[in-house]
Amino acid sequence: MKEKNWKPLLLLSPSLTAVFLLLVVPVCFVVVYSFWLRAPSGQDIPAFQFGNYAKFFADFFYPSILLNTLRVALETVILCLFLGYIPAFFFYKTQSRLKPYLMLLVMLPFWISFIIRTLSWINILGDSGLINHLLLKAGFISAPLSLLYNEGAVIMGLLQYLLPFMILNIYVSLDGIDKSLTEAAQSLGCTEWQAFKEVTLPLSMPGVSAGCLLVFVLTCGTYLPPMILGGPGNEMIANLIFKRVIGTLDWPFGSAISVILMLLLGLIVYTYNRYMGINQIFKSLSNG
Amino acid sequence: MKRLISGWTLIKLYTLLVYVWMFTPIVAVVILAFNPQQFGSFPMEGFSFKWFVKLSQNSTILDAFKNSMILGTLTAIFSTAVGVPAAMAFIRYEFRGKELINTLLIAPIMIPEVVLGVALLLFIRWLQQPKSFVMLVIGHVVLTLPYVLLIVQARLVGIKREYEEAALSLGASPFQTFREITFPLLAPAIFAGMLFSFTISFDDVTATLFWATAQNQTVPVKIFGMLRNSISPEINALGAVMIVLTVSTPLLAGYLTRRFARGTGK
Repeated sequence: MKEKNWKPLLLLSPSLTAVFLLLVVPVCFVVVYSFWLRAPSGQDIPAFQFGNYAKFFADFFYPSILLNTLRVALETVILCLFLGYIPAFFFYKTQSRLKPYLMLLVMLPFWISFIIRTLSWINILGDSGLINHLLLKAGFISAPLSLLYNEGAVIMGLLQYLLPFMILNIYVSLDGIDKSLTEAAQSLGCTEWQAFKEVTLPLSMPGVSAGCLLVFVLTCGTYLPPMILGGPGNEMIANLIFKRVIGTLDWPFGSAISVILMLLLGLIVYTYNRYMGINQIFKSLSNG
Repeated sequence: MKRLISGWTLIKLYTLLVYVWMFTPIVAVVILAFNPQQFGSFPMEGFSFKWFVKLSQNSTILDAFKNSMILGTLTAIFSTAVGVPAAMAFIRYEFRGKELINTLLIAPIMIPEVVLGVALLLFIRWLQQPKSFVMLVIGHVVLTLPYVLLIVQARLVGIKREYEEAALSLGASPFQTFREITFPLLAPAIFAGMLFSFTISFDDVTATLFWATAQNQTVPVKIFGMLRNSISPEINALGAVMIVLTVSTPLLAGYLTRRFARGTGK
């Protein structure tokens, strides 16, 4: 019995050491630093004060970036759900021999560089991009529409990045449903639509909510799409952190914003975990 | 019955449209890479390889490419070396605090990359160490470890304990059992984990922007820098090369594993 106990510890020790030293300790540093003072000379002074947090909430500027982030995240989640549920349902129902290949195609964007996928939207939405080119040629417009550098463009980029996560999460959930349940519902007189509404849809909810949480959390931490596809007003919280830390070297304030972001996401994940259980997310990730 | 068929047709059509939406920008990058014009956008006028030629003569990009390859390879090796034993521990043993430790090791997925970037940089700064390539590798191992764990664990669950127990009862030592039984069965998952961590590392921008110095820039960081002055056909060409590379790698890997699997009679 005793022999059994040291073995897993031995196997785990490299990864535990790595994660402890390179994740837990550094994150603790961020928390500690968020209470420090920044001298006018740029020096960081050890202290315990809430000035950095007070600064964040002092006027509407910083909270509005936070609200902006949350709004974009919410919009992305809703659109992802609308775009993702039907393809996931298609994979669940289809008898096609092409199904493995179609699924592979959904996963393909995972393998394509994120920055390329993001910047590829410039070719579509830009002033001389595909959409404007086609509209001009068809004579619908006389001057290019400005489709780029706004919130819509940012959300386009985010959707393309996050949709595969949503589709896979929903599909994993749908795939776990016993098909005899819908057959039973139909043999008891339900129409196809009723069977879907009363049986399939409720049973797919774990996947739907896991997908929503994942998309929401990933959007809240996103840096690249607002940088590349957004305008000056589309800054999100991660851009703010980067600007404060790398741009102005204000470590204490940057740390405080990081802590605010972590607390917010932590609260969301905690609430989710209480009601749904976090394992659903890992289930589909490990399938991916 | 007729309504039902039309509903299904609608679902198919909708799925098709989502595919079109998802892949149009990617296809556009590849097509525009061959646009000979100075400004890489529509309309296409002609067809040329000149941006690829220009790209192959750009020494900073080639350097960045080399950096990315080395970084990705080292990350893949270390990440699986650390992750596979941990996955073994989770699937093969029962111990106290298992759930908690598992959550802790998967946590980097849920923590925004910006925060990871700040945290590690702050720590290194406190240790009064300069940013370096080693730090970049270390950071990328932390980023990719959760994915390796998830992939290897998922595979390990499917390998029956009985095989290992049979080997042990026939007199094999635990190490022999691992080498002869577990490892060959697990090899595809280890390979997948390596491939995955390579891709994540090769692809990463946000955290790398925090950790990279001017000397050890990666390809995505380089592209990010080039984007400051609007999109050029050279970026599209680089994008096309990256798309072809990163898409063909997993497809080739998948094909090879299937071939080998068939070769061994499975």
